[in-house]
Amino acid sequence: MTLTFSQALITIMLIALGTLITRALPFLLFPENKKTPEYIQYLGKVLPYVVIGLLVIYCLKSVTVLSAPYGLPEAIAILCVVLLHLWKKNTLLSIGAGTLIYMVLVQKVF
Amino acid sequence: MNKKIAALKAAFPHTIPILMGFLFLGIAFGILLSSKGYTLGWALLMSIFIFAGSMQFVAIDLLTQSFNPINAFFLTLLVNARHLLYGISMLSKYRNTGKKKAYLIFGLIDESFSILCSTEPPAGVDRGWFMFFVTLFNHIYWVAASAMGALLGSLFTFNSQGIEFVMTALFIVIFINQWKSQKNHIPALTGLGVSLSCLIILGPNDFIIPSMILILLVLSLFRKNIEKEVAP
Repeated sequence: MTLTFSQALITIMLIALGTLITRALPFLLFPENKKTPEYIQYLGKVLPYVVIGLLVIYCLKSVTVLSAPYGLPEAIAILCVVLLHLWKKNTLLSIGAGTLIYMVLVQKVF
Repeated sequence: MNKKIAALKAAFPHTIPILMGFLFLGIAFGILLSSKGYTLGWALLMSIFIFAGSMQFVAIDLLTQSFNPINAFFLTLLVNARHLLYGISMLSKYRNTGKKKAYLIFGLIDESFSILCSTEPPAGVDRGWFMFFVTLFNHIYWVAASAMGALLGSLFTFNSQGIEFVMTALFIVIFINQWKSQKNHIPALTGLGVSLSCLIILGPNDFIIPSMILILLVLSLFRKNIEKEVAP
């Protein structure tokens, strides 16, 4: 554990609270027959696509590009996930195989 | 009582695909979490009370960095902002579900939504209880799989270096699926481009919140261009 017990607990509680807010807010703001503002509908429609891009970058934030191994394990594993997924279209296979390949790369190769 | 059992029986078959997916992702989550030193109790706590797949993977990352609760909270709001859309779509379906409504809202995860928005219970089955059991089954699968993963991770010591890539792979696969389902790639490219630029300029520790603000700004400024072809 990196954080102390109470720090971890606070972090988890805030994440739980934040999650609950995103799920409950529409029911609190738009009870029964009130119409949802178009701007909110627009954000709800577009954000899912935007956020995944952000999360991909978030996952890769600590990759070292400027020194060895120059982000190579990540680049190779990502390429495998993309090709495998375009080929077989099997979500669990792409994730499982990609992770295994990455683990082998960082443990045995680089 | 019969009403509940009928709803339970009707709900279960719809959740089998979710069971398969959650077994895999939940176990991966538990193993990854325990590899960072957080054992079974933490996995249970998170899967019971957060109950959000992608966010829990991000949470592992937050739990292994320096304590930054504000960052964690706002990142949660953004990562889970898609739930706003689910809520908006379920406003009418969740009506008249009584006390169950609070749990239905708490458990409105992607998978529950994908079943509930497209499925009506068979004739004669109570809709409220049907939706309740779909949500409950998914919740049970997720908690059980995370617990299994956490136990596996603590019972067997193996070299887990690199296992965190499971999160990267998950998001890349979702990204590809979304990319193929959409003609308009501006939203996806906005997410990638804005956050990558912020990462390069601000570094890995301070780029998330500026990225979110910039993303909202871009989405608001270019609403007319973006809104055109985005399918719901």
